[in-house]
Amino acid sequence: MSELVRVALGALAARKLRSFLSALGIAIGIASLVSVLGLSDSSKSALLDQIGALGTNLLTVEAGTGFGAGDSALPETAVASASRVATVEATAAVYSVDAAVYRNDLVPEDQTGGIRVIGTDPGLLETLNGGMAHGSFLTEGTRQYPVAVVGSVAAERLGIRDLDPAVMLHIGGRWVEVLGVLEPFALAAELDRAVLIGDLAAEAYFDAELAPTVVYVRVDERYIDETRDVLAGTIDPENPEEVEISRPSDLLEAQSAAESSFTGLFLGLGAVALLVGGIGVANVMVIGVIERRSEIGLRRAIGATRAHIRRQFLIEALTLASLGGTAGVLLGVAVTYVYATAQAWRVIIPPVALVGGLSAAVAIGVVAGLYPAIRAARVSPTEALRSA
Amino acid sequence: MIGPEAPTVARTAPDPSAPAIELQEVSKHYPGSPPVVALDRVSVRIDRGEMVAVVGQSGSGKSTMLHVMGTLDGPTSGTVLIEGIDTSVLSDDRLAAIRGRRVGFVFQRFFLLAGVAVIDNVANGLLYTGATRPQRREAAAAVLERVGLGDRIWHRPNELSGGETQRVAVARALVHEPAFVLADEPTGNLDSASSASIMDLFMSLHDEGRTIVVITHNEDIAATLPRRLQILDGRLHDDVRASAN
Ligand SMILES: Nc1ncnc2c1ncn2[C@@H]1O[C@H](COP(=O)(O)OP(=O)(O)O)[C@@H](O)[C@H]1O
Ligand SMILES: [Mg+2]
Repeated sequence: MSELVRVALGALAARKLRSFLSALGIAIGIASLVSVLGLSDSSKSALLDQIGALGTNLLTVEAGTGFGAGDSALPETAVASASRVATVEATAAVYSVDAAVYRNDLVPEDQTGGIRVIGTDPGLLETLNGGMAHGSFLTEGTRQYPVAVVGSVAAERLGIRDLDPAVMLHIGGRWVEVLGVLEPFALAAELDRAVLIGDLAAEAYFDAELAPTVVYVRVDERYIDETRDVLAGTIDPENPEEVEISRPSDLLEAQSAAESSFTGLFLGLGAVALLVGGIGVANVMVIGVIERRSEIGLRRAIGATRAHIRRQFLIEALTLASLGGTAGVLLGVAVTYVYATAQAWRVIIPPVALVGGLSAAVAIGVVAGLYPAIRAARVSPTEALRSA
Repeated sequence: MIGPEAPTVARTAPDPSAPAIELQEVSKHYPGSPPVVALDRVSVRIDRGEMVAVVGQSGSGKSTMLHVMGTLDGPTSGTVLIEGIDTSVLSDDRLAAIRGRRVGFVFQRFFLLAGVAVIDNVANGLLYTGATRPQRREAAAAVLERVGLGDRIWHRPNELSGGETQRVAVARALVHEPAFVLADEPTGNLDSASSASIMDLFMSLHDEGRTIVVITHNEDIAATLPRRLQILDGRLHDDVRASAN
């Protein structure tokens, strides 16, 4: 066996460029298959992580944005109504506050950095499974004072790295101390871009109306659908159709499904690349049979059977495809690693991609090598050896 | 001239008393329009240890006869016996084994693998015999020494002269210690000095008792050999044994 592989490697080395190019075709095909599978698994796991962090029992309640929807705020009683539903475990509401945020009072008025001010209650952090990067969240004790907690993106835009020394922000013409900086929320990007202040403070200092824009509701896992069905009517008995309830984990699952269908598309493209690579190998082998007629004749003269010749060419194609396949797997792993790392995903390379990639290469080698090998075995030694 | 010889009875195991090679009424036709009759009912018997020259015009069928003698090709009709064995009943594997172990071919074009060291080109002569790589190389080094190329074993074929290249090819034909050496115009591409040294080599193989058949265009060379077969239009036209001189 090792003997046959050595002979094959020798023959391939004698035609380096051509062997390299045809192995490259296989390598690209395998690399794209491996990286598509690897990236799809890595991104899926990132989504699953997100779903896990978010929890599947979170519902968001918003005022409908449909026809006839007025100022897109919920009734002021929304939180209280939602809390009365027996299967609701926790609630938190956010309110829009009409004020601009600046790092200090010297920043020109139009440079708001796209940062909104949002009022909320102390339950938000727990309800959304959020985390603090620095400092602490609003509490029952601080919700009525002019203090703020900054979302992760907002902190970046405002240039807040830590809270030592203490940071003050200029909000709506008033100095406000920053108590904490949030970690990114799963699927609540609007909060990441916001500065949060206590709902009571919002009302007292910034004239905010306490009609929630969004109410987040944690529900008993076992009764999610039932709760969802009664919430709208509970919150706004007069216009239940103007209350919109969604389940963020559904969005992530839909996203995951959408990515799966993309995966199918890319797998198809990878398969096409592999097919082209296989044709390249077959082509190189067929040309080899034509060019190497005298070598075939000589081998027959020194005792090779037809089976020997067939095997030689088959092993050559297999070796070529396996080398390409191995390079492709390595390349695919590297691409997955680099891209997934750049996306801050966990790198996941499914074993089926590795095994499947190599097996596909071997299978291509056999298919691409079979016909040329059979032709090589059929070369008439006497014709091949006739003096030209 | 051509005395009718008593045909040997076919066997399937080597017979030590049988002639080395025997052709009985061997014809070889190549299909085409018109079909080519490359060999036309040739009967000839070559005994063990004989050294035979084959002469004839280009296209007369010499190479075809040599290929048939060496089992590279089968006859269209007639019988080819190698050491008493009827080759028509042998499988591809058995025929290949005969070529790999009993026959050594030398060609006008040397058919060395470019880019492969001389020693490995020669060692390739043992590739299909089951010998290990070290065994093959050892045998190759020894036979290269014998043909006077002991100091060239790591050279590439393109670094050698024509005469040296042919000696490498002869070494490859000898590395498995064949009983028969079949050479098709081995000196056709060589100058006279190189030709002479190759023929000396064949003479010494003959002295060792090997059976040797050499196709040659060179009358001077043919004249020095003990037996001469003349082929004309695919037929054995003449079979001359030199009287001892
Ligand atoms: N494979 C082949 N197909 C068709 N014709 C062939 C083939 N091999 C040899 N011939 C023909 O058979 C005849 C004898 O060829 P060959 O044995 O090579 O002659 P020589 O060696 O004496 O020059 C020539 O006419 C040649 O063209
Ligand atoms: Mg010829």
